[in-house]
Amino acid sequence: MKVNLAGVELNNPVMTASGTFGSGMEFAELLDLNRLGAVVTKGVASVPWPGNPTPRIAETAGGMLNAIGLQNPGIETFVERDLRFLEAYPETRVIVNVCGKTTEEYLDVVERLADEKRVDLLEINISCPNVKEGGIAFGQDPRAVEAITRAVKERARQPVIMKLSPNVTDITVMARAAEAGGADAISLINTLTGMKFDINRRTFALANRTGGLSGPAIHPIAVRMVYQAAHAVSIPVIGMGGIASAEDAIEFLMAGATAVSVGTANFHNPAVTLEIIEGIRDYMERFGFDEVAQIRLEE
Amino acid sequence: MKYRECARVLSQESLGEDIYSLWLQTERIAGEAVPGQFLSLYCRDGARLLPRPISLCEIRRETGQVRLIYRKVGKGTEEFSKLTAGDTLDILGPLGNGFPLEHAGRALIVGGGIGVPPLLELARQLPGEKTLVMGYRSETYLEEELRAAAPLCIATEDGSCGTKGNVLDAIRKNALTADVLYACGPLPMLRALKQYAEEEGLEAWLSLEEKMACGIGACLACVCSSTEKDAHSQVKNKRICAEGPVFNAREVDL
Repeated sequence: MKVNLAGVELNNPVMTASGTFGSGMEFAELLDLNRLGAVVTKGVASVPWPGNPTPRIAETAGGMLNAIGLQNPGIETFVERDLRFLEAYPETRVIVNVCGKTTEEYLDVVERLADEKRVDLLEINISCPNVKEGGIAFGQDPRAVEAITRAVKERARQPVIMKLSPNVTDITVMARAAEAGGADAISLINTLTGMKFDINRRTFALANRTGGLSGPAIHPIAVRMVYQAAHAVSIPVIGMGGIASAEDAIEFLMAGATAVSVGTANFHNPAVTLEIIEGIRDYMERFGFDEVAQIRLEE
Repeated sequence: MKYRECARVLSQESLGEDIYSLWLQTERIAGEAVPGQFLSLYCRDGARLLPRPISLCEIRRETGQVRLIYRKVGKGTEEFSKLTAGDTLDILGPLGNGFPLEHAGRALIVGGGIGVPPLLELARQLPGEKTLVMGYRSETYLEEELRAAAPLCIATEDGSCGTKGNVLDAIRKNALTADVLYACGPLPMLRALKQYAEEEGLEAWLSLEEKMACGIGACLACVCSSTEKDAHSQVKNKRICAEGPVFNAREVDL
C-alpha cells in the first residue's frame, strides 16, 4: 500500500489531519502510530500562541465547528518534546503543520526545522479560518498563495505541502497558484467557515462567533474540491474533509488524491485510521489493484 | 491506561426530572478508575460525532462495574437515556485526573446540581473526617447514598429541603469548618467556593467542565485559564480533560 508523496515514501496513504491528533502522544496508547502512513502534527508557530477563548467547539449535525485559534506551544517546545517523542515511531512519516501571522514567522519555523531529521515533509497552513492575521489571509488571494509558497520553498529543506482553504470561489485558482510558487504538493480541504447559535443561552455557540466546520457533513464538498484541484495541477493532492470510513477515503483516492487525512473522526473513534487502512486494503484486493494509485478513476 | 470499550448496560433508572443513573459492566475501566475521573460516551447516531464526557459516580472494582449519573440536556444524552439492560455502549476511559485522596484534616465535599454525582465515590474513598454539602434547585437525588457515606447538609433554592439557598448558605448556617474543600458543580458555585476557600485559608480542589472533542488532551478544545504558564501548553492554558478536570483552586482563574 506504499505511496510516494513528493518523493517521500509512506507505508500507506492514510494520515491524520492537523489539529485533530496533537503530535500523536495522546493517541499512542489507543493505536500503534507506526501503522499510520503519516502523522500530521497540530500547527506550530515560532512562539507559543494562547488560542481563542472558550467555548471553542460546538457539535453540529454530522459535524462540528471549532475555533481553537491555533493554540500551540511554539517551535522550541515542539522540537524538544513532540519531535523527540515521534522518534520512537520510525515506521510513520512525520509532517509538521506550520502556521504564522507573517511570512517571516512561517519562515522562522521552516528554518528551525531544516535540520530536524524526523521531519519528512512540511505542511504550510494558509487556511485557518479562526485567526485574524495570517492563516487564511494568505489563503484567499492567489498572489499571496504563490508568494508565500515561493518564500517557503526557498528556505525549506523538506518537501512543502500547501494546505488550501475551501473558503474561496474557485479552488483551482489557488491550487495553480501553489503549484506556480513551487509547492511539492497541496492538501485540502481545511474547514469551512460556519456559525452556530446557542438558542438557550441566547448567544453564539463559539466564543469566536465563527468557526471551522468539519466532519462527515463536509465530505461531498471536499471530494468535489479535491477532484477539481487534482485535475488542475500535476503535483500530488492530499484529500481530506469528513473522512469517517474507508469508503469515504476511497472516494478521495478516486477523485485523484495521492493520500488522505482523517480528522474529526479521530474524536469519535481514536483508532479509526487503522480501520480505514484495512478497508482500503480490502478494496484493493476486491478490485485486483496492486497500487493505491490504481484506485483513481480514469475518465 | 485508557480503554476504548463496548460496555454492557446493566441497568438504567430515572432519578428525577431528566436525571438518569446508568450502571455499566466494564472490568478494565472499573479496575483502574479513581474518584473524579470521567468517561467519554459515544452516540450510536452517526450525526453526533463527539463523545459526551460524564463523570464516574460509583466505581466497583471487585465486580467491574461503574455507575454514571447524568442529566438529559440534548439529543446525545437523550439517546443514552433510552438504553436498557443488555444494551451496549461505546466508552473510553478512565479519563482525566481524579481528586487527591491524601490530605491532612477535615474535609468539606461540596456539590451542586449535576456536579453532585462524582462526589459520592470521593466521599466513600476519602479518608478522615468529612462533611457533605449538596445543593439542588428543588428535587434532591442520590441523598440516601450520600448520607450513608458521610454526614450530609442539603441546600435547595426553593427551600423544599434543607437550607433555603445555595451551598455557601448551608455551610454558614451549619457553621461548617474544614481544612480542605472538594467541589464539583456550576461555574458560579465554583467561583464562590474558590473565593470562600481563599478567605478561610482552605486548600480547595475544584472539578471543572467545558465542551470537549477528543477527551484525551489532543484537540485543545476544553482549556481553562491557569494562573501560571502551563508546562504542556507553554501559555496560561490548561487542558481540563488532561491536566484536570480536578484542579487546585490556586492553579486556575475562573
